[in-house]
Amino acid sequence: MTNSLEQLYQQIILDHARARHGAGLQEHRGEGVVGESHQLNPVCGDEITLRAVVRNGGVHSVSWEGAGCAISMASASVLTDLSVGLPRDEVIELVDNFRDVMRSRGRLEADEEVLGDAAAFSGVSRYPARVKCAMLAWVALEESLLAANH
Amino acid sequence: MTLTFTPASSPGTEGVLTDAEVRRIRNDFPILDTRVNGRPLVYLDSGATSQNPLSVMEAEQEFYEQRNAAVHRGSHSLAVEATDAYEEARAAVARFIGASSNELVWTSNATEAINLLAYSMSNASLGRGGTAAQRFALAPGDRIVVTEMEHHANLIPWQELAARTGAELRFIPVDDDGALRLDEAEALLTPSTRVLAFTHASNVLGTINPVSELVRLAREVGALTVLDACQSVPHLPVDVKALDVDFLVFSGHKMLGPTGIGALYGRAGLLDAMPPFLTGGSMITTVSMERAEYLPSPNRFEAGTQRISQAIALGAAANYLTETGMPRIEAWEASLGARLVDGLSRIEGIRVLGPAAGAGRIGLAAFDVDGVHAHDVGQFLDDRGIAARVGHHCAQPLHRRLGLVATTRASTYLYNTTDEVDFFLEAVSGVRSFFGATS
Repeated sequence: MTNSLEQLYQQIILDHARARHGAGLQEHRGEGVVGESHQLNPVCGDEITLRAVVRNGGVHSVSWEGAGCAISMASASVLTDLSVGLPRDEVIELVDNFRDVMRSRGRLEADEEVLGDAAAFSGVSRYPARVKCAMLAWVALEESLLAANH
Repeated sequence: MTLTFTPASSPGTEGVLTDAEVRRIRNDFPILDTRVNGRPLVYLDSGATSQNPLSVMEAEQEFYEQRNAAVHRGSHSLAVEATDAYEEARAAVARFIGASSNELVWTSNATEAINLLAYSMSNASLGRGGTAAQRFALAPGDRIVVTEMEHHANLIPWQELAARTGAELRFIPVDDDGALRLDEAEALLTPSTRVLAFTHASNVLGTINPVSELVRLAREVGALTVLDACQSVPHLPVDVKALDVDFLVFSGHKMLGPTGIGALYGRAGLLDAMPPFLTGGSMITTVSMERAEYLPSPNRFEAGTQRISQAIALGAAANYLTETGMPRIEAWEASLGARLVDGLSRIEGIRVLGPAAGAGRIGLAAFDVDGVHAHDVGQFLDDRGIAARVGHHCAQPLHRRLGLVATTRASTYLYNTTDEVDFFLEAVSGVRSFFGATS
């Protein structure tokens, strides 16, 4: 295989695609506001239902259920690790940051300080057909957090 | 003096195709020399769209350089030449499927052809077309039957027609292997059935459906038959009279032609009795401020300025296929298809959809890779220069029935070599280990 394929599917992505942190929707009882979002990619049928709990202005928990390619599943897993425990507003900024990188067609390099493991998805931005795969969970979290604002 | 022109690369029509001959054919298709991701292109997506030979592109260019004018209007010399070329193309494409010229209506593609039928029936249901069109009218209590393996193009227009007219839509189910449940077909085709629409060859399973059996069942209850021939007309000899269907649709871009052109075949007499779908210029006889009279088929269904250069290029594509020999193309693709199915079946963790290798299959194979999503399979193949299709192939209900969301499909054509199939199989055999799905 070529370097470009290995750059796209970095080991960290392949690992998360199998580990799937946050997989399995969690019922929430107790304090906090719950937001939920369902996202579908009609091109390939990939989908995700994501539930976020916001407590005291911070992301208390993220859980999701989905089916899709390695990129979309790994992206949901990495996002779960990244977002839990952060202030809600900071996560919304992270989503914007990630979206800018994804849409850059390879021009922007992800800042690992900011995006952590999600920086591994930088290579996806060179494959416009796959950007939606990487974005699926992030859009779902963004919508969930907006829904949990009320 | 008449000169006959034979292209230097004309493959001839005798004997079976061989790899050596296919390599000569490939010289007619410049795009096949392209490199993708630094690798030679291995094009295995002809089921989605085929590549064009030089003769097709030259026909379109020659038309614009020498004969471009509006057809069926105007009497200047160029308009006459353009009209002749346009109608010659219609005759060539009609001949290609065993039809007469007045039985072949140009459309944008097969999807539009099916919509033309559905909307014409819709108009008949509203009383348009008078008593002659009543056999196309639907009402509550009537039934439309399709199959569970249809492409969305041969499903959604019928869903919409049923919703508009109050008719009910039913489908012939498939079994776990994806074969049509003919035992159920008989019970589904009640006397209230007005239309049976089904695919000749499945774009996912590769199955060639038993047309004569289904046509017989439809005939018995007086239902009209509509055949989606998108995956058969480009790949097998097709004779509409032998198939004995009432309507048949296909797309030009899947048979070496350009995009933007397809056709509807309608049995003589049927098309002339149907109310028009699109209306406007070029499809009328007399027009007053209150009403209009319409031309017979095919012009009745060709409102407005038509896809002239595309039709002419499609005529050139039909001629190219005829010169190469459809029986030879069918046999070559059957051997490539069998090699694909056989090879894929030997790879651990691969589930090939549809019937086993052998008779009754066209030269394509869709498959599931255990533990690896189709999009990832497609990306892995693309990295090696292999163009294959991933997704639901516009057949979501069929995938759901087979317990899948998306699959990978390799589809061949006359220009694919056995080396390409082997290269593809070699690549697929490395997919699961790359994605860590073998542990």
